Amino acid sequence: MSYDALRHFADSWGLLAMALLFLTLIAWPFRPSARARNEEAANMIFKDDEHG
Amino acid sequence: MATKPAEKGFSHKKVERNVTLLGALALLTVTIGGIVEIAPLFWIDNTVEKVEGMRPYTPLELAGRNIYMREGCYTCHSQMIRPFRDEVERYGHYSLAAESMYDHPFQWGSKRTGPDLARVGGRYSDEWHKAHLIDPRSVVPESIMPPYAFLAERDLDTGDMANHLTALYRVGVPYTKADIEKANDDIRAQADPDAGAGDLQNRYPKAQVRDFDGDPSRVTEMDALVAYLQMLGTLVDVEKAAPQERPGETEAAR
Amino acid sequence: MDGLVTRAGGWLGLTLLALVAAALAVDAPFAVHMVIVALACFAMLWATVTRADYGAIARGIFKIPADQGVYDDDPIRWGVVATLFWGIAGMAAGLFIALQLAFPALNLNLEYTTFGRLRPLHTSAVIFAFGGNALIATSFYVVQRTCRARLAFPALARFVFWGYQLFIVLAATGYLMGVTAAKEYAEPEWYVDLWLTIVWVAYLAVFVGTIVKRREPHIYVANWFYLSFIVTIAMLHIVNNLSMPASLLGSKSYAAFAGVQDALTQWWYGHNAVGFFLTAGFLAMMYYFVPKQAERPVYSYRLSIIHFWSLIFLYIWAGPHHLHYTALPDWAQTLGMVFSVILWMPSWGGMINGLMTLNGAWDKIRTDPIIRMMVMALAFYGMSTFEGPMMSIKWVNSMSHYTDWTIGHVHSGALGWNGMITFACVYYLVPRLWGRPRLYSLRMVNWHFWLATVGIVFYAASMWVAGIMQGLMWREYGADGYLVYSFAESVAAMHPMYLIRAAGGAMYLAGFLIMIANVWATLGGKVRAEKPMTETPYNAAADRPLVPVPAE
Repeated sequence: MSYDALRHFADSWGLLAMALLFLTLIAWPFRPSARARNEEAANMIFKDDEHG
Repeated sequence: MATKPAEKGFSHKKVERNVTLLGALALLTVTIGGIVEIAPLFWIDNTVEKVEGMRPYTPLELAGRNIYMREGCYTCHSQMIRPFRDEVERYGHYSLAAESMYDHPFQWGSKRTGPDLARVGGRYSDEWHKAHLIDPRSVVPESIMPPYAFLAERDLDTGDMANHLTALYRVGVPYTKADIEKANDDIRAQADPDAGAGDLQNRYPKAQVRDFDGDPSRVTEMDALVAYLQMLGTLVDVEKAAPQERPGETEAAR
Repeated sequence: MDGLVTRAGGWLGLTLLALVAAALAVDAPFAVHMVIVALACFAMLWATVTRADYGAIARGIFKIPADQGVYDDDPIRWGVVATLFWGIAGMAAGLFIALQLAFPALNLNLEYTTFGRLRPLHTSAVIFAFGGNALIATSFYVVQRTCRARLAFPALARFVFWGYQLFIVLAATGYLMGVTAAKEYAEPEWYVDLWLTIVWVAYLAVFVGTIVKRREPHIYVANWFYLSFIVTIAMLHIVNNLSMPASLLGSKSYAAFAGVQDALTQWWYGHNAVGFFLTAGFLAMMYYFVPKQAERPVYSYRLSIIHFWSLIFLYIWAGPHHLHYTALPDWAQTLGMVFSVILWMPSWGGMINGLMTLNGAWDKIRTDPIIRMMVMALAFYGMSTFEGPMMSIKWVNSMSHYTDWTIGHVHSGALGWNGMITFACVYYLVPRLWGRPRLYSLRMVNWHFWLATVGIVFYAASMWVAGIMQGLMWREYGADGYLVYSFAESVAAMHPMYLIRAAGGAMYLAGFLIMIANVWATLGGKVRAEKPMTETPYNAAADRPLVPVPAE
């Protein structure tokens, strides 16, 4: 595999694959099913308010 | 990011509830960039170009370099000339990777509160360096450099220099057995013209043998530091090295 | 009793061992360091004997177990005090070296007080002593609260605190004596590095141990950032400090790598000391203390997941932007530039997440100076994480590199982001840790805020001007085709800028001194009678219905 072949791949299919992976990973935490759990996690630090 | 397994049914919840998994994934994530960038520098051959003239530091130069590091000179002076017209005109030919191949550690620097020193060797006289180090403003009125008068008053005390050369040998600097055995003698041989240089200049080509600080009776820290400054950038014949580079780069630099 | 004798004997043995090393040392600084180690071991021996729980020992146990029903806050209280102490020391050193650049006579003609030796003292003191103590203290506080569990391995936690202070003392005294590995922000020599490695592994054990014994199923996002900070710093520290000592009884060592490989290893380390020590660790502080002070959950937990993974993945790649146009291969420079620019996105994602946490509570910026500090910290974080990617573009870097612009950029991040968020967290912690109703004075916090903010503006603005002026003067060509300025002329031109910078630093330090006074009074149990930050505007006379007045 030469540098040119690698470079050609990186500029075409590689780029497309990376872009799709990127979008998938970004979209993934925003699944509706994760919403409730995320809210619970975010509010977890307020459970111990008697300590300050 | 790339390490998050995206297969169906996997939830980030698992990572958020398992400290081993979280720690392992985080470590994996942070190792990728370093491996991709740093590892190839050790095995791609043209990272460090082949040049003629590079040799390890003489013991006296090495002692001077250690003083350079001890005093934090790298906090204000770079040793890395970039390939721009103004830098090449001001400081000399742009720096080659090979020129710091024996620098453990490198001293390229990150800040020019003072000028670049990569090719300061031979540009000023020993007397100028001594006067400048003792009182920088006596020769450069605008200078804001600290004075280093104590260097001229203090005998060079490196301990057993053979230990230092051995340590460098262990990390890959090609000192010979003779270099290591004669390390302490070489210091005096280089700084004291009356002592006789012996085979110093055969083992260290282009080594400059003379009394650097104007006080031939003893070897001071000033001798060592000036010897180091005077050899910076003098080893490689950069004009000879130029044809090895790609033509585009060479043109841009001129 | 046996346990006590073994421990005391162990400390005595270590004391003697250190003294033997001092006697055999091949250079004076190493001997001084071994005497310091001996003193530390002797202090431990003394503490072991005098503070032993003889009542418990008589009953056959070494120590009465601590009450598991309260959090273990002693190391945190020490850490807060250490943060303030080292902060003052490090920033005073910074102001002093800033003045040295304006008035070189301040080098005092002594080898110990030259700029070259004090500059590492300043950088290490503010990053590792001030920042490091703040990180260790807040991480111990946050991990206990978010795990609802007492600190794991309490003795080890105390070792982490005192061991870290010993590391600081050895590093700092070493710099003054000229003991340095001469790699920026990694200056401590080999034996100090080894010691820090031991302390750091203990730190990891305490932190992970506490997470393991947590009573909450969920590991809160702040802990992810703390964990990645601890793990990554361990990796960076070990690899970048690989070296070969010239003698096992001497301070000097030689780096394992040379030239271009050493350069990239160093800046892989250096940039991620910024990325993980000064960013990930402090983002962990943000993710806990900003929501707590604002009394609202973090704006988007989902954004924080993306923020975390993308930030730690991308930061590692950015190191080569410190080596643009050097002898580093071109492909590595380009890679570093591209990732630095991409890094802008997760950085701003984190900033937005912090700022938007205040959504619906923006009025607190007016009424709560601690919230105001947090918001200003995030604003500076946003500014410097925009400036950084911009400076990493090769075209910009060709001018900004080697100039004071870099210094200005670093300080807008360090003073604005790290300093401000640390101050805010300490203001949050002090009344809670020492059981006080509130801080001595909120108005003094307000003064601190304004002095710090204006100080940073002076600092950053003067360094922008200085840096761009240097960059332009160095490359200025006249009509005759020659360089216009000598280097010395560019140095002379910096003088006014260096004065303004020192003035900005002095203001920042003055704000810090007000903080010290405020915390001191708070610890003394005093509460200043002062006008509150806001009055409720109410005019009883006007607050009534209009009654129709009959016409005459």
